[in-house]
This record gives sequence, structure tokens and C-alpha cells, in this order.
Amino acid sequence: MPPALVTRGLGKRYGRVEALADLDLQVEEGELVGLLGPNGAGKSTLVKIAVGLVRPSAGSAEVCGAPAGSRTARGRLGYLAELFRFPGWYSADELLALHQRLAASRGGEAERRELLELVGLAGERGRHVDTMSKGMQQRLGIAQALIGRPPLLLLDEPTSALDPAGRRTVRGLLEELRRRGTAVLLNSHLLSEVELVCDRVVIIDHGRVVARGTPAELSHAKGVEIDTAAGLRTYPEARREDVPGIVAGLVAAGEPVYGVRVVQTTLEEAYLEAVEDSGP
Amino acid sequence: MRGVWIVVGYALQESLRRRVFVIVVLLTAAFLGLFALGANRAFYEVERSPIVTLVDEQTLTGATLLGLAMFGTLFLGAVLGVFLTLSVVRGDAERGLLQPLVVRPVGREALLAGRFLAAAGVCGLYTAGVFAATAGIVYWAGGWWPDSIVVPALELAAAVVVVAAISLLGSVFLSATANGIAVFMLFGAGLVAGLLGQIGEALGSETLTDVSRDTSWALPFEALYQDALDAISGESFGLTGQVLQLGPFGGAQSAGPALVPWTLAYLAAVGLVAGVAFSRRDL
Repeated sequence: MPPALVTRGLGKRYGRVEALADLDLQVEEGELVGLLGPNGAGKSTLVKIAVGLVRPSAGSAEVCGAPAGSRTARGRLGYLAELFRFPGWYSADELLALHQRLAASRGGEAERRELLELVGLAGERGRHVDTMSKGMQQRLGIAQALIGRPPLLLLDEPTSALDPAGRRTVRGLLEELRRRGTAVLLNSHLLSEVELVCDRVVIIDHGRVVARGTPAELSHAKGVEIDTAAGLRTYPEARREDVPGIVAGLVAAGEPVYGVRVVQTTLEEAYLEAVEDSGP
Repeated sequence: MRGVWIVVGYALQESLRRRVFVIVVLLTAAFLGLFALGANRAFYEVERSPIVTLVDEQTLTGATLLGLAMFGTLFLGAVLGVFLTLSVVRGDAERGLLQPLVVRPVGREALLAGRFLAAAGVCGLYTAGVFAATAGIVYWAGGWWPDSIVVPALELAAAVVVVAAISLLGSVFLSATANGIAVFMLFGAGLVAGLLGQIGEALGSETLTDVSRDTSWALPFEALYQDALDAISGESFGLTGQVLQLGPFGGAQSAGPALVPWTLAYLAAVGLVAGVAFSRRDL
């Protein structure tokens, strides 16, 4: 089974601007990968190349073994753009029906009902797009991307307009997709969200990968905090392995120990470190 | 091919839901009503105070009125064709409407072909229908019927289809506003070239007639329009025929047998350039 998405030496230039350079990336079947990076890092360009909206200047990209942009590749992915708009004169149900026809999906009304339910719009079937809030349109966009059960889903800032409840719905949806075996490339600025749902994270800056790994791999020890009778003691240079020695020393010195916490950096800190290290 | 018809349906539904057809029908009814009033009055005045000349007054009045109607019909059809196509690629891409459609398996070629077929079908049928209606009005008002009805109807329809194709091509490169301006400027340039040709004929200026002829082939909607004008009174002869050929709405010029193949080749070339450019365009 080929990976859901693979890029090799991918590059893209817009005139003198290098948006992507020699970028290698792989998203396996059923894997949820978060794509992080500052504005202008090349995240959207990468996603657009994968869905065939932008042609690469160098390298290659494949979707489920088919060249990105080919008819076969387009038939195996679902996509929600960062800046999208659906025709306002369509109802939610009509919009999904149109995309079913475009994607040659045979799911019919049952699929449309299921998808609207999945994104929390079950009661809005007949509602016209132009009367929906941006958040509702974003959820409808996710439902649209799921038409035909594509093995790869590319979501570009899918929760930017959602309130906390909407974000939780989408988080639940992403977890459900992982259970179904759908691969997801999630481009988001919401680090906490990426940390919560993604199996792996890829951080890019200036068109290059500057860090990659699981959220746990990207974070590192940031000292040890020990709750003692004298108050909270902080050992910024200590690591997990140092904890027994420190605790033994404190106990030997007659200081009761009530709790120990090994401090790890957050994904946000790991992200900022990676981006700062990459430089301009 | 299935994808093309899905896009045709989408485009027609868009026009229907946006009430394009309602507006077009209402304004066309107003145009036809005004034209009927004008035609009726014109024939009445000609009958009431006949001018003693060597021309056939009924033919001159009828052909002039229908020529006016053809000018108006061409303009209305072109407006419809341009507005149905001016934002198909770049305009819709800038608004974020295009991307969700072209990432689907039907792809860019089907989208372009479907949008063209929808626009061509709508504005072609509209133009032919309005032309037939104006011919009927002229007959009702003065009892004059053109020498040919089918050929000019088809040529006028083909002329607006060419305008729609140029607009679709422009939409690949230009934003909606810039494309609309560019296409109407080209449209105006074509019509002015036709008028220049008339002046050239009247003055015997070979340069003017050459410029007019070359322009009308470069922009074949003008050649089609001239040929259609010629076809409505092609059997008129003598001074009447001469006067009609120099009519006020662009030169009535027979384009000859090359017009149909040239128009088809032109449309194919425009479609090919639009298709290749669209397929290479980053969205």
C-alpha cells in the first residue's frame, strides 16, 4: 500500500521567491500529520501542490501512488482550502450533492445525511450557504471534503473560524477519521489542537522542514520541580534520570517531599525554538 | 464527458438561482416592446408621407429596422455571454469558488468546457430567439420579411458565442473587472472597424476597407455580424441594395464560404489556448 502522500525534493518558486525547497514529506495511511509553520512558510503551497492547484518547480508529489494533480490522485483526496467560498445559492444538501456528482460518489442521500451529522449540521440540510456563519460554512467544507470517503484529507486551517465547541467537534471528527484509516494532513496555527490530535508534526519555515517527529519527540526536558515542605524547588538543568538522586538528597537532609514533576517543553515552545533556529 | 455536463448543469443553476434569466427576460421584453413601438411608428410614417425616390421604401424601412434590431440583439447577446464567462477562472479563483471544484476528478478541462457550453447555449439561443422575435415584429409592423431568416439568426448566435469564447479565454488571464473591460473594448473595436469599412467603401479608400476586413477576420463576431446583415437583404438590388449595404449599423458584407470554417477554427484555437493556459495556471 503506497503512502497517502509522499513528496520528494519538492520545490516551488514564485518568481524570485522560493516558497518550497527540497521538501521531503510522507503521510502514511491512517496517519494524522500536523503541518506547522509561520505565515509564508510554504504550508499552503505544499497543500496546493498535493491537491493539484499549484504545479511544483522541482521534485515530485504523489497521492496514494498517483502523481499529484492527476485525475487518479484527485479522486483519492478531499480538500478544504484556507480561503474558500461555496455558492451562496446552494443549500447544504445541494452543495454536497454537487460534490457527490463531481467526485462520482454513489453515497446518495445517506452519505449526505451522515456527513452533515458528523460535522454537527444535521439540522441545517436545507439551509442556504449564504445564511450560514463562517464557522458553519467551515464545517460544511469539511463535510464536502469527506465526500466519497477519500483515503487522504488535506485540511488547510479548518478550524480558523470555529468557536471552541466547533473545534471540539472537528477534533472528534479527526479522531474518528483516524479510526477509519483516513490519512489527514492538517495545516493549522492552533498548536494546542495539533498537539492533541496529531500523530506526527512537521514544522516548516522558509519552505524547508526544520523539525519533525511526534509531539512527544519534539518536546524535551526542561528541568524538575519538587514540592517540599519548604515550598516548590526548581532544578532547571535536571532530567528525569536525576530525580531519584535529588529526592534521596532532600530526604536525607530531612526535608519531606510531597511531589515531583519532570517539566517538558510544550509543542508551542518546540515550535518557537525550531522556527527561531531556522533563521531568515 | 459526464463531468462537462455536470458543470453545464452547475452553470445553468447558478444563472437561474442568481435570477440572471429573470432579469434578461424582463429587460428583453422591454426592448422588444420599445422596438415594436418604434417599428410600428416608422412604417406608419413612411406610409403616411412617402418619399419619392428610386428605392423600395418598404424594404429600406424593414431592413433598416431589422438591422437596428440586429445591432441591439448582438449587443444584448454579447453582454449576456460576457457576464456568464468573465469571471470563470481568475475571478472565481480569487473569490475561492473555483478551488473546491477543480480539485475534483472532473478537473479543469471539463470545467472550462462546461462553462463554455452553458454560456454558448444560453446566449446563442437567446440571440437567435430575440432576432426571430424582432423579425416577427418587423413583419407585423410593416409586412416586410428578410430574404433569409435562418442564416442571419445562426450567424448572430455564432457571433455572441465567439464573444463568449473570447471572454472565457480572457478570464484565464485577467480579473473579472479587467476582463469585462477588455472584452467590451474588443467588441467595440470590432464594431468600429465595421463602420470604418463602410466609410472606406463610401470614400473608395482601400486602406480603410482593408483595415476593416482584417479586423473583422481577427474578431470574427464582426465578420459574422456583417454577413448576417448582408443576408437579410441579400436579394435586394439596384439603389435599394446599395443603400442597404451602406446601412447605418456597420457594413453589410458577404464574408464568403470561408466564414464558417474560419469561425470554427477560431473557436477551436481560442478553446485550445484557454485550456492549455488554464491547465498551467497556479490557483
